[in-house]
Amino acid sequence: MTKLGNAIFRRLVIIIPYAWLLFFFLIPFLIVFRIALSTTAIAQPPYVPVFSLSDGISGIWANLQQLSFDNFIWLTEDTLYLNAYLSSLKIAAISTFLTLLIAYPLAYGMAQAPRSWRPTLLMLVILPFWTSFLIRVYAWIAILKPEGLLNQFLLSIGLIDDPLIILNTNWAIYIGIVYSYLPFMVLPIYSALEKMDHSLIEAAQDLGCPPITAFWKVTFPLSLAGVVAGCMLVFIPAVGEFVIPDLLGGSQTLMIGKTLWNEFNANRDWPVSAAVATILLLILVVPIVFFQNFQAKAEEKGK
Amino acid sequence: MKSLGNIRRSFAPWADPHSKPFITFRNITKKFGDFTAVDNLTLDIYHREFFALLGASGCGKSTLLRMLAGFERPTAGEIILDGQDIADIPPYRRPVNMMFQSYALFPHMTVESNIAFGLRQDGMPKADIAARVAQMLKLVKLEQFAKRKPQQLSGGQRQRVALARSLAKQPKVLLLDEPLGALDKKLREETQFELMDLQQELGLTFVVVTHDQEEAMTMADRIAVMSHGKVVQVATPAEIYEAPNCRFVADFIGDVNIVEGKVTAVANGTVEIAGADFKVRTVSEVVPATGAAAAFAVRPEKLKVSRAAPADPGINASEGEIWDIGYLGDMTVLHVRLPSGQVVKTSMLNAQREVDNPIGYDEKVWVSFAETAGVVLRD
Amino acid sequence: MPRWSRFNIISVVLGFAFLYLPILLLVIFSFNESRLVTVWAGFSTKWYVALFQNQGLIDAAWVTIRVALLTATFATVLGTLAALALVRYSRFRGRLLFSGMVYAPLVMPEVITGLSLLLLFVAVGLDRGFWTVTLAHITFAMCFVAVVVQSRLLSFDQSVEEAALDLGATPLRTFFEVTLPIIAPAVLSGWMLAFTLSLDDLVIASFTTGPGATTLPMKIYSQVRLGVTPEINAACTILIGFVAIGVLIASIVTKQRELQRQRDEHQAARGMS
Repeated sequence: MTKLGNAIFRRLVIIIPYAWLLFFFLIPFLIVFRIALSTTAIAQPPYVPVFSLSDGISGIWANLQQLSFDNFIWLTEDTLYLNAYLSSLKIAAISTFLTLLIAYPLAYGMAQAPRSWRPTLLMLVILPFWTSFLIRVYAWIAILKPEGLLNQFLLSIGLIDDPLIILNTNWAIYIGIVYSYLPFMVLPIYSALEKMDHSLIEAAQDLGCPPITAFWKVTFPLSLAGVVAGCMLVFIPAVGEFVIPDLLGGSQTLMIGKTLWNEFNANRDWPVSAAVATILLLILVVPIVFFQNFQAKAEEKGK
Repeated sequence: MKSLGNIRRSFAPWADPHSKPFITFRNITKKFGDFTAVDNLTLDIYHREFFALLGASGCGKSTLLRMLAGFERPTAGEIILDGQDIADIPPYRRPVNMMFQSYALFPHMTVESNIAFGLRQDGMPKADIAARVAQMLKLVKLEQFAKRKPQQLSGGQRQRVALARSLAKQPKVLLLDEPLGALDKKLREETQFELMDLQQELGLTFVVVTHDQEEAMTMADRIAVMSHGKVVQVATPAEIYEAPNCRFVADFIGDVNIVEGKVTAVANGTVEIAGADFKVRTVSEVVPATGAAAAFAVRPEKLKVSRAAPADPGINASEGEIWDIGYLGDMTVLHVRLPSGQVVKTSMLNAQREVDNPIGYDEKVWVSFAETAGVVLRD
Repeated sequence: MPRWSRFNIISVVLGFAFLYLPILLLVIFSFNESRLVTVWAGFSTKWYVALFQNQGLIDAAWVTIRVALLTATFATVLGTLAALALVRYSRFRGRLLFSGMVYAPLVMPEVITGLSLLLLFVAVGLDRGFWTVTLAHITFAMCFVAVVVQSRLLSFDQSVEEAALDLGATPLRTFFEVTLPIIAPAVLSGWMLAFTLSLDDLVIASFTTGPGATTLPMKIYSQVRLGVTPEINAACTILIGFVAIGVLIASIVTKQRELQRQRDEHQAARGMS
């Protein structure tokens, strides 16, 4: 009796979350692919389904021959989409780099801080993550506006004569992404640096390495795992970012997340937005798989 | 204490062909993927025996213990405990308990609840549990720590809680995985003897896994030396030390000098081996063929170093020169370089406080030994 | 010991200034007398008063809290199970796919998750509203819970569980009497994480919601699009206040525990002699 109970318990532990994720994560993607291959219709829902479950196998086969790649062709023909993809990748890459530039010294400084301070500093990095993403992005609008606080400050100290135009440019997006994703970059780098044995640096210096060289030859390579994890955690979601370009970027800003949102909500063209999502996913598959392997390895090490 | 000593000396069920083993591993193999942790191993352990599995890390000793506890399933072979094949019995139904290397105390429970845990699982009445827990606390001398959490205890106290917890259910066999590994040297030596007394007192079968040969030699009735998933030798500590059956055991337990050579004569229990420096004549149970290659092992303390030549310098003796001297307080270790270039280790007990004219560096000396000093190795 | 150099101090101070200044300014200007959020015109709490008369916002807040409570609870159960499956029962068929499905949502752009879930709900004919938002939130939040709980499971000594089995506890009892009490802090922080994730989410909720189920972030978003107002600042400040109080309580509890641990160690050291 209890033996049976235990076996069932073991099974359920695996089956329940597995089934949930299959149904709410994997199947939705298959549906996205399916709808990307449909044609638009003025109806509710606004697409002509390719498969319907009631058709059975033969119906599916018949329908397979009617699959339409029109949406994908349409995407390649309209340079709007191509530009949006390229521009998303560019913005995400630049933002990731800028985030790294700010996060590394911060993480390094935290790791060097007196031991008793570190938990507090760590909490201070995590804290903004608990406040709403939307609020944090919103906070920047008042700062970056032409008559905003940053310009007021810069004008008052006489650094500039005319207000800088930052809001509604790509710079505002960079700032928004760096700001929102900074904790994701700081945490893995910090944990890599914090684990590092300080005597390694002492050994390097003892062997004749000046501090700067010791940093590049010892500290940095050892923190590389954290840097890679951090970059993945920033880059991947940044490519598909919607809120930041929508609130901080201008109308001419092209990012794929925003394009998809507009296609979906304003144009109500579900098949095209599904196709956009499919291609975005294909672009991100490489870094996501890379990230997962990376996580799996870290997990192995943890064992 | 004297009587216990007598029991110990006369306790040798393995030598008695009529006694039945309590635990039997029969042709046990355990593979983890491509790696063979335990390789077709057969071993008998007797009731009330204090049995040690000794070997370097990765030799399969812990895997063997974990198979007995039920945490690993053998890939092949059977394990019989008290006449019952236990392969299909899950760990929580086996009449064995284990003391873990990390102690594995439940951090969220007090010392008391830790000890009571196993009893509660059996549905023992509350009053009986309390009585047993009190008895166990007394046994390990932790009465005043009953309400503490494990993290409020020192390493030695934690070790005793772990011991009490694993003994509380009065298992048929107690498994100990490196029981003293986390203690410092002095505490470890004390605890070794405590464990031995406890085992005698309770009359239980103990199976201990250790990589510490001194620990195994001190505590165990018998030791199984393991290497690469196989048992290399099973014997009493004295036999293992005095008569290792192969080069691995000779080398693994203590220090040893090995003389390589060819067998020149074999006659009524005596073997002669011609080595580069020594012409060995030794009493031997192992009888190799004349002309075969053979290895002779002799412990450092059984070599005699002297300035004067021994009575028969042609047999079991060689000239050499002092290569290194190490003074250890209770003894002095001398390394002597023989004509062939081999350096042998010898040790001399410092029986007197001062020695007139001690042997010094680079001095020419004789190294010699008795016919019963060493053994011919089997391989 | 590493030395805390001036360079290190400056980079930490600047880093934290960058992280906190925008939020601080936002809070300050929620108390501004003027309608403008860029010019200070004196202290006033009138925007908070206005906020509490805004029925639409209050309704949205109520919906959001209910969604978040349900999400946190279900996501914690599912995420803990997923973490157990990943760490303890590590050898089962399709494990690679499973771990992929756990990790992918962590980095998946929200627009994709939102769109795909919406299409699922349409395909199975589920009416969109409160429950679809909750289901969507459970799905992505459980993955975060799984990661938090998993790291705790990985770091604790597995022989403690083996000890329980060895002493006769069945796997089921071992889980409830040993494993769960030990990982409880991680499960709790998983719950809090799931709660906040749900509270914050705009994109996934916007895709999966229907009439009558407008969440607070959606409400704020639609107002922000119309312009920056002190009223929104006030709403944000209240949200930040809640989080700050929560974190404060959590850190006091942690501090207490840390003190207890130090006392324990002290006691253990004394016990040695």
